[in-house]
Amino acid sequence: MQSERMGRDDPPVPFSSDTVIAAFKTIPDLLVRDEALAARGRWLDVDCLLGPSTQPFHVAIRSGKIVDMAPAPVLMRSWRFAYRATPAALAAYWHEMPPAGWHDLLALTKRGQATLEGDLHPFMTHLQYFKDLLALPRRSSGGVS
Amino acid sequence: MNGFIEPIVGRYVHVEIEGETNRIYFEENGSGIPLVCLHTAGSDARQWRHLLLDDEFTRHFRVIAFDMPWHGKSNPPDSQYGSEYRLTTAGYTATIRAFCNALGLDRPVVMGCSIGGRIVLNLAIEHAREFRALIGLEAADFQQPWYDTAWLNRPDVHGGEVCAALVSGLIAPNGPEVARHETLWGYKQGGPGIFKGDLYFYRVDGDLRGRTGNIDVNACPLYLLTGEYDFSCTPEDTLRTAAGIPGAKATVMERLGHFPMSENPEQFRRHIAPVLQDILDKQRL
Repeated sequence: MQSERMGRDDPPVPFSSDTVIAAFKTIPDLLVRDEALAARGRWLDVDCLLGPSTQPFHVAIRSGKIVDMAPAPVLMRSWRFAYRATPAALAAYWHEMPPAGWHDLLALTKRGQATLEGDLHPFMTHLQYFKDLLALPRRSSGGVS
Repeated sequence: MNGFIEPIVGRYVHVEIEGETNRIYFEENGSGIPLVCLHTAGSDARQWRHLLLDDEFTRHFRVIAFDMPWHGKSNPPDSQYGSEYRLTTAGYTATIRAFCNALGLDRPVVMGCSIGGRIVLNLAIEHAREFRALIGLEAADFQQPWYDTAWLNRPDVHGGEVCAALVSGLIAPNGPEVARHETLWGYKQGGPGIFKGDLYFYRVDGDLRGRTGNIDVNACPLYLLTGEYDFSCTPEDTLRTAAGIPGAKATVMERLGHFPMSENPEQFRRHIAPVLQDILDKQRL
């Protein structure tokens, strides 16, 4: 079986970094179309760093809505927390049926495919919001592979 | 009366645990071999309602699910209000044995999930002859922590929301949406610090590494079943544990996560039915 030949951290779905970055850029528009998700973040104001580890984005969230998203680095721009995942991890996370162990933001940190840094308070108070926000490309396109 | 009334019956039993009377809520349905079901950390026995309503299983098993003290409709012991809740291996083991004794159960089968799966291993180590069979769901002798439990109980983070959000990733993707919501609802309703207190047993007090090799499955058969999407107690954790217990039967359940009985009851049924049949067959020998 192919799965028996694969290593634990081999990319489980085919992907290209450019496609992953392009999919990540769609998140602000996808959030605009998901009023219920934005409403769940109505108490959230935060500047954070999110996205593929090879090209993260500074994301400014106000009352649950993304008001600005800019590719890092931005000169002297600060952030409260960062969640960065390998492009392979995001491609798997966005798959229509994500492979086991690649299906949750914290499954990815546990397997070393993502990092969570900084002041985690806004992330933890809105944990389901961030899980669903970063999963938006899955719902819209069935993944990037 | 026109409404459908489910056959599940809920009652309270007074159980003395470690010197204090606890008023424990339990639900049951069926007749035959007693099958006692243990819920996961931070939730309650409602997780078992689909199994309790299964016509086929309840023809042969008296299915019983109880809320642990501090959970669901089982209040904390009177003397413990105001103190920090911490589940221990000894306390958990005593609670299960006392509950079974209070109901006068004759060598019940015990099936537990997550912390319930871990304590099943301890029952197999210490009290195997009291039980007809033991079933551990999402069970292992130990698993690697993946978050800091301090986030579960602090005044500036909503406990219900953060507990549910943390465990939401342990549910397999693309299962029944309502079952997913219901599973998480149990976590949103837990008392303050209860999930964290249960995890004291899971993370600190209940490390069974080095002890499971003494389990004698001839005294009591042991079945371990783990969902492929459980990244907390992974299939590898369960298979490693089973490999150290001669005769233990291990199954990896596809398209299921950490809450098989509540997150996708139909899918769980496919895996648990052969286990219950195996237990029945052994009785008939």
